[in-house]
Amino acid sequence: MLIIKNLHAAINGKEILKGIDLTVKPGEVHAIMGPNGSGKSTLSSVLAGNPAFEVTDGSVEFYGKDLLAMSPEDRSHEGIFLSFQYPVEIPGVSMVNFMRAAINAQRKYRNEEPLSATDFLKMMREKRAIVELDNKLAGRSVNEGFSGGEKKRNEIFQMAMLQPRLSILDETDSGLDIDALRIVSQGVNQLKSDQNATIVITHYQRLLDYIAPDFVHVLYKGRIVKSGGPELALELEEKGYEWIKKEVDD
Amino acid sequence: MDMKKENDSTHKTLSDNPNDTGTSEKIIQEVTSSDYKYGFVTDIETDIIPTGLNEEVVRLISAKKGEPDWLLDFRLKAFAHWKTLEMPHWAHLDIPDIDYQAISYYAAPKKKESPKSLNDIDPELRSTFNKLGISLEEQMKLSGIAVDAVMDSVSVKTTFKEKLAELGVIFCSFSEAVKDYPNLVRQYLGSVVSYRDNFFAALNSAVFSDGSFVYIPKGVRCPMELSTYFRINAANTGQFERTLIVADDDSYVSYLEGCTAPMRDENQLHAAIVEIRAHERAEVKYSTVQNWYPGDKEGRGGIYNFVTKRGLCKGDHSKISWTQVETGSAITWKYPSCILAGDNSTGEFYSVAVTNNRQQADTGTKMIHLGKNTRSTIVSKGISAGYSQNSYRGLVRVSPDADNARNYTQCDSLLLSDHCGAHTFPYMDIKNDTAVVEHEATTSKINEDQIFYCNQRGISTEEAVGLIVNGYAKEVMNKLPMEFAVEAQKLLQITLEGSVG
Repeated sequence: MLIIKNLHAAINGKEILKGIDLTVKPGEVHAIMGPNGSGKSTLSSVLAGNPAFEVTDGSVEFYGKDLLAMSPEDRSHEGIFLSFQYPVEIPGVSMVNFMRAAINAQRKYRNEEPLSATDFLKMMREKRAIVELDNKLAGRSVNEGFSGGEKKRNEIFQMAMLQPRLSILDETDSGLDIDALRIVSQGVNQLKSDQNATIVITHYQRLLDYIAPDFVHVLYKGRIVKSGGPELALELEEKGYEWIKKEVDD
Repeated sequence: MDMKKENDSTHKTLSDNPNDTGTSEKIIQEVTSSDYKYGFVTDIETDIIPTGLNEEVVRLISAKKGEPDWLLDFRLKAFAHWKTLEMPHWAHLDIPDIDYQAISYYAAPKKKESPKSLNDIDPELRSTFNKLGISLEEQMKLSGIAVDAVMDSVSVKTTFKEKLAELGVIFCSFSEAVKDYPNLVRQYLGSVVSYRDNFFAALNSAVFSDGSFVYIPKGVRCPMELSTYFRINAANTGQFERTLIVADDDSYVSYLEGCTAPMRDENQLHAAIVEIRAHERAEVKYSTVQNWYPGDKEGRGGIYNFVTKRGLCKGDHSKISWTQVETGSAITWKYPSCILAGDNSTGEFYSVAVTNNRQQADTGTKMIHLGKNTRSTIVSKGISAGYSQNSYRGLVRVSPDADNARNYTQCDSLLLSDHCGAHTFPYMDIKNDTAVVEHEATTSKINEDQIFYCNQRGISTEEAVGLIVNGYAKEVMNKLPMEFAVEAQKLLQITLEGSVG
């Protein structure tokens, strides 16, 4: 579904991604790990189309379409979902209105009628349960006054609502206590199918105890320097990133 | 208006914010390419008197309307006073010279016959209303609103009059009121806004064309929202509306004023007066959605809107509440105010003012606390885009006798571009130690992170701005009657359409 070839990207003229190659197929879970500053979050931003980043070379194909040519909202409509490391607060905009706008924009893109208020609220209720998000949170402004854990649960809730084909979880485990981590991971696992794929970006192995990856990639200095199975994550947990850095730098 | 321009206490502008990136540039470009959605001209025969203003013109207006001598007298005194005045320049506005002799001071749709039912109304006119989405039939059938539709300067159709009459509620055009209720009009005309009040009040008092008159008798709770749609229609014609609302003891009324205007090249002057009197325990809620033609993206054309609106809480425990959504006009100069004379009286001002392109707005309120235990609330939400200038100007005055006065002011600015300006000029004049006066102010900008977050969820930038802006203005929008809130929300979105790239 996703074919990334030789992807280079820069922010403010500084090159962060220096040639990424990655292929993701439906049903797969890919973990992207790496030390701080290796470009993990940049990769997720670039795939989602954050205008702050400039793609300087390479290509990304998503179900045969040129992803890089699409606007961020069309990428979303095509089924790309980014769970933000730092979900943005939007004061004054209720989660209900926000999600309704999102769902109906997606439906419009697919030439479907807008969802009726009743059906929409029913859907909200169902999906909320997946991440144990209570009704009060759903009635509040987008992420405003949410705790760290609530924000991350809210991200997975939105993922459940939008039913993406490819979910990118950017450091979803950061700032989560063990209970929130469990809830979030359960939510992600519940939404997994052989029709969709997940890219889990994380610094630590911890999250991968809950969301089992099929492939693990190590990102360092803007390149994937090592790929392997789940055992690679365990190795990293044990030995840290130093040995990889050394391998690459030498 | 006696507010003097003082120090620019919290001058906010984003022009030197280093964090602004390309998105803001796009915002501006997109904004400036959006056209005024209500630009069309109705082709109706109009009776216009030649341009220019002198005593003869004042007499001619009065004569055309068949007014009694006392009213002509009022006009002439106002005109004599106006001649001694100069246009005020204390507002944070760049006002071009206005040639008051180049304006025609009276335009009325030519009367074929006074309409008895909707079928008698000029089809052209009706289709204009239809284009605006305010067809009278719909209004009558569905929403239960009595509509006093003002087209240019003469009322065309007043609905529900009979039903209101059963309760003793008077809701009619100002001209009709002069004919049918001369004593009421004579008693209250100019009793809240004197013709000596300011330059534009004097001008309006001399040449006012028509407007609305409302009287709610003692103990009557008006069962429906009273609504007037104003609309400037004749080219090069000043519009001088005059509204007088009197709420007698223990009465309640909610009044709606909304306006749109067709596209024009010439600037058009609008100087209205609204006077409200609330007697013992009476409550008046006055809501406005203002969408006059704002001019093109370069600032050519557009309405000059110089309005004097004031409410007098005459009786104890009375309440006057102003709610306004201001999106139009090239220049807005408007300070709906409350004089809290009665003990325990309450004044409220809720405002959303949107400026885009080259629009300028200097708007706010005055809360004058005279009675004891008087309370006032001010919530002002400014939204600036493009190259516009948006100022809040407010005065809270507590007189020596106004024990235990209480004021809360909240004044927020939202910026959508880095070329616009948002300014607040809060004045406080507190002469009583028991007063509690609060002022809060914030400035924010729609940032790229918020937009990208929405985009990632599939929401277009345009819709995201609409969501955020309506969310920001929600506190004020919630104060609008429901029928109006929908229209106002739509307006906010239309006004800022394409305002973020």
